[in-house]
Amino acid sequence: MGKTLAEKIWAEHVVRQADGEPDLIYIDLHLIHEVTSPQAFDGLRLAGRSVRRPDLTIATEDHNVPTMNIDKPIADPVSKLQVDTLRANCAEFGLRIHSLGDKDQGVVHVVGPQLGITQPGMTIVCGDSHTSTHGAFGALAFGIGTSEVEHVLATQTLPLQRPKTMAINVEGSLKPGVTSKDIILAIIAKIGTGGGQGYVIEYRGSAIRALSMESRMTVCNMSIEAGARAGLIAPDQTTFDYIKGKPHAPEDFDPAVAYWKTLFTDSDAKFDVEVDLNADDLEPFVTWGTNPGQGLPLNAVVPNPADFADSEQRTAAERALVYMGLEAGTPLKKIAIDTVFLGSCTNGRIEDLRAAADILKGKKIASSLRMLVVPGSARVRLEAEAEGLDKVFLDAGAEWRNAGCSMCLGMNPDQLAVGERSASTSNRNFEGRQGKGGRTHLVSPLVAAATALRGTLSSPADL
Amino acid sequence: MEKFITHIGTGVPLRRSNVDTDQIIPAVYLKRVTRSGFEDGLFAAWRNDPEFVLNQPQFKSATVLVAGADFGTGSSREHAVWALQNYGFKVVISSRFADIFRGNSLKGGLLTIILDQSDVEAMWEAIEAEPATPITVNLEERTVSYGSKNLPFAIDDYTRWRLMEGLDDIGLTLKQTDFIDSFEKKRPAYKPATLPIRS
Repeated sequence: MGKTLAEKIWAEHVVRQADGEPDLIYIDLHLIHEVTSPQAFDGLRLAGRSVRRPDLTIATEDHNVPTMNIDKPIADPVSKLQVDTLRANCAEFGLRIHSLGDKDQGVVHVVGPQLGITQPGMTIVCGDSHTSTHGAFGALAFGIGTSEVEHVLATQTLPLQRPKTMAINVEGSLKPGVTSKDIILAIIAKIGTGGGQGYVIEYRGSAIRALSMESRMTVCNMSIEAGARAGLIAPDQTTFDYIKGKPHAPEDFDPAVAYWKTLFTDSDAKFDVEVDLNADDLEPFVTWGTNPGQGLPLNAVVPNPADFADSEQRTAAERALVYMGLEAGTPLKKIAIDTVFLGSCTNGRIEDLRAAADILKGKKIASSLRMLVVPGSARVRLEAEAEGLDKVFLDAGAEWRNAGCSMCLGMNPDQLAVGERSASTSNRNFEGRQGKGGRTHLVSPLVAAATALRGTLSSPADL
Repeated sequence: MEKFITHIGTGVPLRRSNVDTDQIIPAVYLKRVTRSGFEDGLFAAWRNDPEFVLNQPQFKSATVLVAGADFGTGSSREHAVWALQNYGFKVVISSRFADIFRGNSLKGGLLTIILDQSDVEAMWEAIEAEPATPITVNLEERTVSYGSKNLPFAIDDYTRWRLMEGLDDIGLTLKQTDFIDSFEKKRPAYKPATLPIRS
């Protein structure tokens, strides 16, 4: 029997296999950032261990960094200590780091691909659950905890139980105004936040193949919101073209491409589970609740908890409506928004900024709200400025910030106030995620831009 | 890591599903560079509510958290495990755990046990009826018992052995360095490296 793509990559990275033990898997690339690494470096120091492969490790500052006044010292002393600790650890262990102010600083999952260091067939890990983003290149990429960060630093391997495989087949073509963000939100609503637990998802089908690399990254990014540690897409010409010319693209490109072309699921391979989704029917999607599975098409109304057959889902919906301050039956498009956040590892890339700018060009955002535009990396910011997108956002009345995770998780000063409501292109609508008491609706960049203009949740078609 | 063989303690019923790691410990608490002191941030938003179950005196000294389905979803932050451990929890029981959280917990010696949802609900009722009910978790025999109940749970042999011995994964892997060395010799030249820096 043939192998799935995930099984092929797994098999190529087995360092050691023994009965009754997890497989020891080699890690091709380890991305680190300031939040989940300090305790790992401490562990190395305590045990007198070194970093096995500094040349397969790269650090950037993203979760904690301010997006304003970045030429000044970080104002929050605790955040500053964490960033300083990362810098000191990288200096001590000889690791490459892109610090605030460097053109390659930015959200770790934007930085890897833009450097061309994320390539097909690799195993990639990071102490961040959205490492699944890199799966868009046909890499097996997943988030790890700090103990595992320390393990990879010391050994460049991880002992892992082999995951099961799930295929999600998305056939058809998207209507105008519908994006890859809507695909993944619809998938999560369909299979639930636990649907992918224990699986690696492979996204397949004509609608996936038609996506750009950056749109594919958006899909893979939110695999974790469906419970799957990793999600991937078989590499094709779109992938090869994207990597070509990037700083760390293979110098000897052809042998690499020849290998990359072997990275697909064999026609006789069998997935443990298959799920189908029709792209033709998809509408812009938005979340109404406090987990990413609580989403609906934008034309729908806030659901009535009583309509959920499952008691657990009913209780969760009741809690969510109280937290979100929403009444069942309210049309989603009537929900007024206070803050629009455009950014994050989900939707903070140049294509996302272009798509939103296209809608905002020559218009003004509603006076009732603020809009933060936070490029995923300093390089994305420079690229946007070269194209004049910064002017479009500023002229529309939005704020143009520096790169970082920013309001996606509200670790830096970019936070929602209690009761404040956002339309956010990020990935999690958990209680308090964007600031204590803040209320989050997850949306695509197109919906974010249309919402900014109208003041209520809207799609470009409403303009 | 401390060895885990058996644990006897009381439970606390957390009747919520989809408890994500942002609820277990919000991001603003993740700025510490140590592994200790995270108990202050545990369920920080909910603990403001005097009615929240952890604030009730009868559950103050509980060491077994019995939670709803899909516990630990979201962020990979191991701080969630540390916060639970720093607070005093030794065991978490749920019908479903998110993959990364479960991995983190078992690396760090916080035993996460999967039971059927009906067994979780029965435990909630028993604990609510009598908060002092002792719960015995026996990793060697892979059982959770309280009152007249004796429930088996599954955990793979390797993880069970590692927890019972209190072994550090890194030390175990470093014994396999020869395998890693020979794997590296065969790695293809076209695989990228972060150094030297190209831009």
